[in-house]
Amino acid sequence: MRRNVLPGLRLSLGVTLFYVGLIVVLPLAALVFKAASLGPEDYWRIVSSSRALASYRVTVLSALGATVFNLFFGLALAWVLTRYRFPGWRIVDAMVDLPFALPTAVAGIALTALFTTNGWFGSILAELGIKVAYTPLGIMIAMCFTSLPFIVRTVQPVLEDLDPALEEAAQSLGGSDWQIFRKVILPLLTPALLAGVSLSFARSLGEFGAIIFIAGNQPMSTEITALLVFIRLEEYDYQAAAAVASVLLIAAFVMLALTNWMQSRALRYTVRG
Amino acid sequence: MNRLLILGTALIAPLAALFVTPALAQSPTKLLNASYDVSRELFVAENEAFIKRHPGVAVDQSHAGTSKQARSIAEGLEADVVTFNQSTDIDFLARQGFVAKDWTKAFPNNASPFYSFPSFLVRAGNPKNIKDWGDLARADVHAVFPNPKTSGNARYTYLAAYAWAKEAYKGDEEKIDAYITKIFDNVPVFDTGGRASTTTFVERETGDVLITFEAETRGIVKQYGADKVESVIPSVSLLAEFPVAVVEKVAKKHGTEALAKSYLDFLYTEEGQRIAAQFGHRVQNEKVAGEFKDQFPAIRLVKVDDVFGGWDKIQKDHFASGGTLDKLYGSR
Repeated sequence: MRRNVLPGLRLSLGVTLFYVGLIVVLPLAALVFKAASLGPEDYWRIVSSSRALASYRVTVLSALGATVFNLFFGLALAWVLTRYRFPGWRIVDAMVDLPFALPTAVAGIALTALFTTNGWFGSILAELGIKVAYTPLGIMIAMCFTSLPFIVRTVQPVLEDLDPALEEAAQSLGGSDWQIFRKVILPLLTPALLAGVSLSFARSLGEFGAIIFIAGNQPMSTEITALLVFIRLEEYDYQAAAAVASVLLIAAFVMLALTNWMQSRALRYTVRG
Repeated sequence: MNRLLILGTALIAPLAALFVTPALAQSPTKLLNASYDVSRELFVAENEAFIKRHPGVAVDQSHAGTSKQARSIAEGLEADVVTFNQSTDIDFLARQGFVAKDWTKAFPNNASPFYSFPSFLVRAGNPKNIKDWGDLARADVHAVFPNPKTSGNARYTYLAAYAWAKEAYKGDEEKIDAYITKIFDNVPVFDTGGRASTTTFVERETGDVLITFEAETRGIVKQYGADKVESVIPSVSLLAEFPVAVVEKVAKKHGTEALAKSYLDFLYTEEGQRIAAQFGHRVQNEKVAGEFKDQFPAIRLVKVDDVFGGWDKIQKDHFASGGTLDKLYGSR
């Protein structure tokens, strides 16, 4: 394979490193630097204060809920979009990308209007005794909305590339539909699903715009970590903001590393198996 | 080599374009006024009147929570003047060297052309019969106001409630704290700014009472109609001065010092005061205040300095991390 269609390694590597350094590493280094100017004791006190802990709990639990929901719903959506052609297919397919393109604040405002107790959905749910807007459930819904495309779009190409011969072979050997799905399709999808799940989860952890409209923003109960960072900044407390932000940063790093590791294991497994 | 050159240029040109935006012609005919969240309409009107007196001048507006504005200016937002709702945020700019240390003396009345106070807005007919600060602690009353951590408006609300409680409970701190905690417990949503709270209360019909500046409540009644909401004035409230200052560091750079000063002076003129009064602000000019006497029922206003011993002390006692506010609403 010719690797050098674009001009030589030195230039392209230089450009790559320069861009990654300028756009990713430098701002994050500045953040870590700011947080590091606190002593370890102050740092610990800030990141483990009861309010910060409550915000992690709200953020992580909602993100988990949203990711699990999207795992099933996103997989079903990807399945339908690759296996069937129906009128309006193209529109539905395009709609999946909408959360990518839409400013998340717009999504937040729209969802809040829908789910407040006198909104279209909210009024119906209120009669059933379910409150969505201004509760953790609302946060979860906002996260579902903004992170849905990550799973659909990572799973879709893999489903499209799936060799029909594999399924036919399984069928001819007498496998039931459920067996075929579980033993043939799912293992092949696992790496893509993992990638989608980790992206979706990371995005949910960091989501801000859509959530602050629907969350209610009550400290200790519906305040997400990103808002806490924002609030610390508003108080001119740059160091505390950086400290809490660094927790989000570390969480994102750990998660990506973990899924990379799981993905490489899953890949090895499928290649061998 | 040629190919490299072209590719290199193609990569660097957009970057260069990002950094080297053509220097804007710095003519002293343009001002940027950085203001607080709910003053948009007021300054649209004030600017229009000011420009009539100074043809060829343009005034741009920027609105957000004042703490955010102060931070933006410290980080490079080139505002020539600030018109805030809280002096602590101008003090912050003074400490950073953007505003003169003695800015409160640069214009009359502590450099505050007009004032207001936290007041109530309830649903038409006042179904929950909310009359005064004490009603906010009732279990069946949900008060809507923004997060005091991000909104100057809500800091006044918190302080006004605190000032009322200080009188009502004769300084018994346990009772005051219990009262404030009860109010916070019943807030259904903490928006980050005053306008967002207005939306929550009026558009989404969440909560029983909105607490915001009297000026804002008047605007809302005018906009949404008395058949939807009505304004209630509590027995006592906290004087909220709206301080103004020239951001000298920026004005010097732009060469707009004189223009900026005449802009702020204009707010004190009869015309400027009349506009402020039309937008629900109480004004210092006696003649104009007299004209609008019927619109503004009398109310007893207490002063920040008298009740709390000044903004520095408030910042330290109440709003600093771990202060009274954190204790009262972080304690659930």
